Amino acid sequence: MSEHGPKDDVKGIFDNPRNVNLLKYSLYASCLLVAIADFFVDGHPYFDIEKFPVFYGLYGGIMCAALVIAAKWMRIIVMRDEDYYDR
Amino acid sequence: MTVDLPFGTVPPVLLFLLGGLLIAVTPNAFLRRLILVVVPVYGLVQLFALPMGSSLEFDFFGETLTLLRVDKTSIIFATIFHLAAVLAAVYGWANLDRMQQSVALLYPGSAIGAVFAGDLITLFVFWEMAAVTSVFLILAGSTVRASKAAIRYLVIQVGSGVLLLFGAILYFQETGSIAFEKMELGSIATIAIFLAFGIKSAFPLLHNWLQDSYPESTITGTLILSIFTTKMAVYALFRGFPGEQLLIWIGAVMTCFPVFFAVIENDLRRVLCYSLNNQVGFMVVGIGIGTPLALNGTASYVFCNIIFEGLLFMSMGAVLLRTGTVKGSELGGLYKTMPLTTFYCIIGAASISAFPLFAGFVSKGMIIDGLAKEHMLIPWLMLVFAAAGVFHHSGIKIPYFAFFAHDSGRRVKDAPLSMQIAMALSAILCVAIGTFPDPLYALLPYPVDYVPYTAPHVLHQLQLLLFSALAFTLLTISGIYPPELRSTNLDFDWFYRKPGAALVRGVVTGIAAINGAMTNFVGRRIEGALRSLYALHGPEGRLARTWPSGFMAMWIAILLTLALLVNYL
Repeated sequence: MSEHGPKDDVKGIFDNPRNVNLLKYSLYASCLLVAIADFFVDGHPYFDIEKFPVFYGLYGGIMCAALVIAAKWMRIIVMRDEDYYDR
Repeated sequence: MTVDLPFGTVPPVLLFLLGGLLIAVTPNAFLRRLILVVVPVYGLVQLFALPMGSSLEFDFFGETLTLLRVDKTSIIFATIFHLAAVLAAVYGWANLDRMQQSVALLYPGSAIGAVFAGDLITLFVFWEMAAVTSVFLILAGSTVRASKAAIRYLVIQVGSGVLLLFGAILYFQETGSIAFEKMELGSIATIAIFLAFGIKSAFPLLHNWLQDSYPESTITGTLILSIFTTKMAVYALFRGFPGEQLLIWIGAVMTCFPVFFAVIENDLRRVLCYSLNNQVGFMVVGIGIGTPLALNGTASYVFCNIIFEGLLFMSMGAVLLRTGTVKGSELGGLYKTMPLTTFYCIIGAASISAFPLFAGFVSKGMIIDGLAKEHMLIPWLMLVFAAAGVFHHSGIKIPYFAFFAHDSGRRVKDAPLSMQIAMALSAILCVAIGTFPDPLYALLPYPVDYVPYTAPHVLHQLQLLLFSALAFTLLTISGIYPPELRSTNLDFDWFYRKPGAALVRGVVTGIAAINGAMTNFVGRRIEGALRSLYALHGPEGRLARTWPSGFMAMWIAILLTLALLVNYL
C-alpha cells in the first residue's frame, strides 16, 4: 500500500527552512507575550504557588523537560527488542 | 420512580442487540453498512423521548431488575455512546467485515445496557456481554499476537465481571438490596465491586490489558474499543462511588504515570492507549472530588474525550490503512500527501490538549478547578503536570512523528471518503463544543455554574501549553529529545507475561509430572494385579485348566475322609 518515492518529489511547506524558522520564532514570541500578559491579569489564585510570576508557563515548561529526560532514562530499564514477548 | 415507556419505543439495548443480530444474518454488504449507521442514529433520536424514571422492571427471586433507569447521568453517557457508535459506523463503512459490523452494534449495545442498568445484576450481565463481544474485535486483528492478547484481555475482563458478581452477592447479603446506587467503600462487597470497576477503568497496576490488547485490533476495531469499556467503567464509578476520596489519588497517579511511557512508545496507537489511560485518570479524579462542579467536569470530559480521542485514533487508523504502519520510527512527512488527515489530527490534538476554543478546554478545566476549590495542592499539581504531559505526547508527539518530523519518503493517498467524513464530523464537534459549550452544559447531571472563558483561565492554559511546546522544541533542536526507536517497553504486564507465565508453565509442568508419576505407580499396581488374575484365570491359568473327573473324585474322597476324621476325633 505504501508508495515509497524519492524524497524530493513533493515539496511541503516545511521543506523551506524559512517556514520552520517562522513557526519557531512565532512560538518564542507567543511565549514571551503570554509571560508578559501574566503581569496584567489578576489570576484569582487558589494556592500561594500560583502567585509566582508566570507560574503556569514555568511549571509546564520545566515539568515537560523533566518528563522527557526522565522518560529517556526509563528506556535504560524498560526498553527491549520489538519481538521481546514473541520469543 | 417507575414510568411506562411511550408506545412504539424500542428499548435502546434491544435496538442495538437486534441490529447486531440482523447484521450477522444479512448477506448484502450495503444493507449491513446501512443497518450499522441507522441503528445508532435511530437510537439517538429516540433517546430524548425516553421519560425520566425507571421502566422495564422485572421480578427476580423477589428482587426487582431494572433494565432502563433514565436520568440525566445515564442520558449523557448514553448520548455520547450513541454518537460514538454513529461516528465509528461511518468511519468503518468500507473496512469492517461482517463479524466486526455485528460486534460494532452488540458491544456498544452492551455498554449502553450497563449505563441504563438500575441494579447490580443487570449491570453484571451487560458488563460481561461487553467483555465477550469486544474480544472479537481484538481477534479480528487476525495475527498470533492479536489472538494471544485477546485471550489475556478476555481473562481479565471476565475476571472483572466475576468480581462484580461476587461483590453484588455479598452486597445483597449485607444490605438486602441489589439496587445500583451510591456505595460506601469499606466492606468486602464494596471493595470487590470497586476493584471490578477499577479493572475496567484501568487503574494503575490493573491497566495493562488496555495497552496490550487495543493496538492489536483492526483499524476501526481499535477505535471502537477505545470508546466503550473504559467509559462504561467510569460511569459505574460515577454512579457507585462519587466523592470517594481514594479515587482522587488513584486518578491523579493514573494521569501521571502513562505520560512517561507515552513519550518513549514507538507504536502511535499504543501511545494513544497510554493517553486514554491518562484521560480516564482525569475523569476518575472528578468522581473522587464528588462536588457537582467536578462531577459535571467528569461527565463533560467523558463526552468530549470520546470525540477527540476517537478523532486521534481515526487519524492514526487512516495512517495505518495507507502506509501499513503506525510506528513513529517509520513515519514522518505524511502532511505532504495526507493534508486533510493531518488537519483533523491537529484538531484532535488541540482538543485533547485543551487549547481554548476546543472541546477539552471547556470540560477538563472543571475537574482541575474542582480540585483547586477543595484546596488539594498535590493532586492539583499532578493534574496540571499531566495536562502538560497530554499536550506533549498526544498534542505534539502524535501529529509530529506521523505527519512531520523527518520525511519518511512515503507518498500515500489521503484517507478514504468515509473515514474523512467521520473525521470531519468529529472535528466539527470538537470546535463546536469548544466554542459553544452551552448545549453540552445543558446535558450535564447538575446545574452548571462554570464560566470557561475568563481571562486568567485562558491565559494560564496558554502559558502551560506554549511553554510545554517550547520545551519540546528546545529539546528537539538540542538533540536531547529521545528518537523513536523500534522497541517494546516493559510495563506492569511484564509480571504476568514473563515470570507469571513461567510460573504457570512451571506449575502446569509440575502437575503433569506428578500426575504422570501417580499414573505410573497406580498403573503398575493395577497391571500387576491384572497379570496375577490372568495367570490364575486366563486360558492357560491354573484355575482355568480342564481337570480329569477322576482327579475331582479323588479330592472329594480326601475331603470326605477329612470330614469323618474331624467328626469322630
